Amino acid sequence: MKIIVCIKQVPDTTEIKLDPVTGTLIRDGVPSIMNPDDKCGLEMALQLKDEFGAHVTVITMGPPQAELILREAYALGADRAIHLSDRKFAGADTLATSNAIAGALRQLDFDLVITGRQAIDGDTAQVGPQIAEHLDLPQVSYLEDIKFDGKNLFTMRRATEEGYQVLEAEAPVVVTVLSSGSKPRYMSVNGIVTAYQKEVETWNFDNISVAEEKLGLKGSPTKVFKSFTKSVKPAGEIFEGDAKEAVEVIVNKLKEKFII
Amino acid sequence: MFKDVYVFIEQREGVIQNVALELLGKARVLADTLNEKVVGILLGHNITDKAQDLIACGADKIICADDESLKDYVTEPYTQAITQIIKEKNPSAILIGATTIGRDLGPRISARVSTGLTADCTSLEVGENRDLLMTRPAFGGNVMATIVCQDHRPQMSTVRPGVMKAFEKDASRTGEVETITINFDKSKFRVRLVETVKETKDLVDITEANVLISGGRGVGNQEGFDKLKDLANVLDAEVSASRAMVDSGLINHDRQVGQTGKTVRPDLYFAMGISGAIQHLAGMEESELIIAINKDKDAPIFQTADLGIVGDIKAIVPMLTEALKK
Repeated sequence: MKIIVCIKQVPDTTEIKLDPVTGTLIRDGVPSIMNPDDKCGLEMALQLKDEFGAHVTVITMGPPQAELILREAYALGADRAIHLSDRKFAGADTLATSNAIAGALRQLDFDLVITGRQAIDGDTAQVGPQIAEHLDLPQVSYLEDIKFDGKNLFTMRRATEEGYQVLEAEAPVVVTVLSSGSKPRYMSVNGIVTAYQKEVETWNFDNISVAEEKLGLKGSPTKVFKSFTKSVKPAGEIFEGDAKEAVEVIVNKLKEKFII
Repeated sequence: MFKDVYVFIEQREGVIQNVALELLGKARVLADTLNEKVVGILLGHNITDKAQDLIACGADKIICADDESLKDYVTEPYTQAITQIIKEKNPSAILIGATTIGRDLGPRISARVSTGLTADCTSLEVGENRDLLMTRPAFGGNVMATIVCQDHRPQMSTVRPGVMKAFEKDASRTGEVETITINFDKSKFRVRLVETVKETKDLVDITEANVLISGGRGVGNQEGFDKLKDLANVLDAEVSASRAMVDSGLINHDRQVGQTGKTVRPDLYFAMGISGAIQHLAGMEESELIIAINKDKDAPIFQTADLGIVGDIKAIVPMLTEALKK
């Protein structure tokens, strides 16, 4: 079995703080990480590798420094790493991003494509299904679990608001994976040592045969019109005192608002 | 000519989901501004009788496709149905609920018809040149971005459940119901739905509660949590939580408020021992009245609260419960 895992390098958004004076993002010192959903997708692939001896290729699109997460994927157990990097890919929205990645996947052989459900910097959850559509392949998103019958059939558990669904599809299939689906393993010492000896293939525009007008900023139907940090609303009343007085203040507030 | 605001009417087991009604409410406002119509897309099996109710909830027209292949949501049949409707009708915009269904369906359609899709919007407005201004949180809720899709139609967006206000139901409204037949290419139906399992123990949806008692790290343990429940009983409220409490296993994820949980806008929101990380605020700041209790007087939650109490919830909550019983 051949598996491709699409991964993305993202700023750790839980570490981002707002400058209280200017209201702008403080990005300095925010670490870059492998997107959590993608890392669990890689773990899912490695578990299939442990069980069925799959070959696992990781692919990422991003600037030169994104190579770091490919090295991390090698250290975790990936077999091949491809770095899609070209100025022509820059400024892409989800559709243009999916065009580039689908273009790369068309050059490869696979039974299963795994992406994270969503990246924590954008939270869109769109690129996985869009890749599936470009490749004319079935998709299952919000995946919590995947079983392979050893031949051709995947049985998948998809999370829903009320519980889950069980779905089946024959290979090849594209799935998007939730962080809750698996707990990523740790890098092995040997893995870390050899990760830097392995080759990361760099692919650019010439490798993917996708029309230039479908890529990057040019290929993006959506544009950012403006971005802003939320205006801070004027602070309400603050009460500091003992518990008994505090209760009175709350009760009075509820009465004032006709809640009680 | 592209026109009218279309709404995907999400149904599960034949039950119209609240988010569809919220979207009809928003679409009504947008369509009135544009002087266009609100059209609902109702897909399912034996669901045509729901159409009239959707007109009362703000739609001018319902396009209904009734087919066994559309009974339960599966990506491909739904994508084919909506793609056919887009090609025949040329909608200007399509709104889809940002649920596990909508976020699976939206990107598949957008890639098939090659148009833009804005994910998880929390605000929609009509811009100066009649384009939709679609605003959404990014960077984990740290930044808001307004997205436009100027040169492609339809403009598509998935919209967070619980954010938009439903239209006040008006049974006297009239509208058109059009039934259509979808020309399916069943050779593309490659995913089989084996079973749907509901496992949520308590079916209360926190996005529908009028009063929420929400607990955070300061709640500490099961005992603290039980005290919130006591208070909730007195106020006829539901208990919700910040991520800290969900991570500690004290409460189910379906009761989490925030960027990675649900967006709520109750009449009254109690933030108990919640510091107020941006990710949490993103899910509750639209509440009518916010009362926060926290030991730390510098906690960011006090910037958002209408009434902030600097104090210990362990002491205040039981006393408040007693006071309200009277």
